[in-house]
Amino acid sequence: MCLAIPAKIVSEPNETEMAEVDILGVRRRVSLMMTPTASLGDYVLVHAGFAIQVLDEAFAAESLAMLREIGIKNADDLAAEAEGLAEATEDVSTATPGIEVS
Amino acid sequence: MREDRILLAHGSGGTMMKELIEELFVAEFGDESLRRLDDAAALRFPGARLAFSTDTYVVSPLFFPGGDIGRLAVCGTVNDVATSGARPLYLSVGFILEEGMAVEDLRRILVSMRNAASEAGVRIVTGDTKVVERGHGDGVYVNTAGVGVIPEGLDLSGSHCRPGDTVLLSGTLGDHGIAVVSTREGLSFSTDILSDAAPLNHLVAEVLGSAPNVRCFRDPTRGGLASTLNELASASGVSITVEEGAVPVREQVRGACEMLGYDVFQVANEGKMVAVVPAEEAEAALAAMRRAPYGTDAAIIGQVADSPAGRVYVRTAFGATRIMDMLVGEQLPRIC
Amino acid sequence: MTEVLDGFRDPEVASRLVEAIAETATAPCKLMEVCGTHTMAIAKHGLRDLMPDTVTLLSGPGCPVCVTANADIDLAIEMARQPDVVLATFGDMMKVPGSYSSLAKEKADGRDVRVVYSPLDSLSIAEAAPDKHVVFLGVGFETTAPTVALTIREAARRGLPNWSALSLHKTVPEALRALVNDPEVQITGFILPGHVSTIIGAEPYRFLAEEYGVPSVITGFEPVDVLQGVWMLAKQLAEGRAEVEIAYGRGVNAEGNPTAVAAMQQAFQPTDAEWRGIGVIPGTGLALRPEFSRYDARIRVPVSPPDPREIKGCQCGDVLRGVTLPFDCALFGRACTPEHPVGPCMVSSEGSCAAYYRYTDYGRA
Repeated sequence: MCLAIPAKIVSEPNETEMAEVDILGVRRRVSLMMTPTASLGDYVLVHAGFAIQVLDEAFAAESLAMLREIGIKNADDLAAEAEGLAEATEDVSTATPGIEVS
Repeated sequence: MREDRILLAHGSGGTMMKELIEELFVAEFGDESLRRLDDAAALRFPGARLAFSTDTYVVSPLFFPGGDIGRLAVCGTVNDVATSGARPLYLSVGFILEEGMAVEDLRRILVSMRNAASEAGVRIVTGDTKVVERGHGDGVYVNTAGVGVIPEGLDLSGSHCRPGDTVLLSGTLGDHGIAVVSTREGLSFSTDILSDAAPLNHLVAEVLGSAPNVRCFRDPTRGGLASTLNELASASGVSITVEEGAVPVREQVRGACEMLGYDVFQVANEGKMVAVVPAEEAEAALAAMRRAPYGTDAAIIGQVADSPAGRVYVRTAFGATRIMDMLVGEQLPRIC
Repeated sequence: MTEVLDGFRDPEVASRLVEAIAETATAPCKLMEVCGTHTMAIAKHGLRDLMPDTVTLLSGPGCPVCVTANADIDLAIEMARQPDVVLATFGDMMKVPGSYSSLAKEKADGRDVRVVYSPLDSLSIAEAAPDKHVVFLGVGFETTAPTVALTIREAARRGLPNWSALSLHKTVPEALRALVNDPEVQITGFILPGHVSTIIGAEPYRFLAEEYGVPSVITGFEPVDVLQGVWMLAKQLAEGRAEVEIAYGRGVNAEGNPTAVAAMQQAFQPTDAEWRGIGVIPGTGLALRPEFSRYDARIRVPVSPPDPREIKGCQCGDVLRGVTLPFDCALFGRACTPEHPVGPCMVSSEGSCAAYYRYTDYGRA
């Protein structure tokens, strides 16, 4: 129920709020009626010919960066504990910086 | 077969078409060559073995980015004959024209066929034409049949794949299907993708020259790569695994498939060849494909194993394995 | 941006998340993915096989196509059979069997049934064929309902005399309540639909945590997104929390898309809806408001379809509630296959049974 794909707005919206978007080089006209703040160059999620949300690029990059830390953080924790403790413990913390919650 | 009426799905190259062919055509005709379900029949003639194949084209629209029904009709039969390893020589053509069709459109199609035949090096030597009443023809339906001579000692077949073999693909997937669907009313989107319709007999000859023990060739037309690989796995009683990351796909084709919810493995191609070769000849076969016309983007995409027989798998980028299923019915754009 | 988005398919990030899940999910749990697109994403990327033994992923009734009642499909078919009616539909609905037929079979019979990608395309069909009446079949949850609502508004703006919409739209949150209240269904946590939530935000799911103590995470559809969602659920369970968290932050904010919600509410009002295999869930349907009756196909194309009937042995209802796994249905892979589907779970492009059949070996003959 949720086939919506990221697309880049590549034209100004016309008087009926239709604009051209680009999906990996494929172009289609979609309606921006649900995303009144969207403008040229923004990325939007497109579903059934409508943009349903503006994609937050900065947030996406941050989220990904945080996800990339998972596991690396684990390894760092392990190294720290091995160095700092006389006896190694089995318990490894999997705490990572909090991901945005509602 | 459970349906009592023919549905569009019976023509789309997937499981329903397979059922129709096996339960009606093969069952009623019962011919030994027909039963092999190879793309061309290998037939004994005094002093030679001929490859003989036929194909009918009912595509709409008649003209699409990168080609037209005429080019498809010539390339399709040339390619089917070529899969047997034969050099295609002669084609027959049959036309069913719809009353009211523009003569100029017909001329365009014929010119396109002449050019494709010339490129392939085949002669169009006989033909037939009929006209049907307006409303009964979609403009024009074209049938082509072709013959070629199979070199002595060569016996290619979809049933010859063996565990350990390598699977090659001559280029990017999905171009034809996406080029055609981009023109469809109610879906229209614009793309630079052109149909890949092309004659591949020279490519096949090049590969045969470098990899003489090739098991088979097959062109992934309707139903896409999934249909072709499932047919081969089934005919040979082997399993095939494809590395998802190794399959060449143009970015715009990927974009269109994402937008419409299409599976690129099930999208039609008209200018691509799958070849299954023994592992020791894989590199030579790949090099041959890449230097042949239309083979620049050729790649090794998978391996053959012994079981489970008849199954085709995709190894995803995460190392997980899933089934590459054959198309059922037609592929339709979806929102879910 | 493309690079960033590709990162959500990065196998390395994925494998680290898989490890994190295995470390965190020490107690057995049953996580229900409500959205059919999640079912497909999980199957397509083989994610189920990467889960530790403690984590069971169950598919729920989140495929709006799957949960469309036989009677509703029969209604659409009956409209398509009227002279001079063009039935425009999303591709997803074409092969779904109703009581006696499907839209694909009707098309084979010569009815004018056309597939569109966007409901707006059906307006163009109406403008190009003034002597026909175009009925647009509206199916989908809150991701799709606003697109149809805006199309209705556009039809009104253009004053189109020959277009109407048949709304079979449904809403998700109250269906989740029905699942949680169902004693047969035992879900430990919910993987919530990413794009429905793009529209409605996180608020409507709050009752899951506050009234029922069930954790949930709003998740996207790339493999990394799904794995992150599962990991965050595992963490909630391990830490004894029950909250509504958003893992899909790049596409969902807590308040959703108010413009879209307003559009949906302008054209539609809540009504009772029948969910196939589950029954009527009050208030989960969307009906056109009286001021848009000119664009309501139920009024413009009145028909009397035959009485609906269910196929004996079809267990779609149990599969949709997560009570039965697809391969435990007696018909799966035998009488019911994608070529010859008995129920919608097998034919819908994202039904659980179709996902299992297409992508796994389970139950194949």
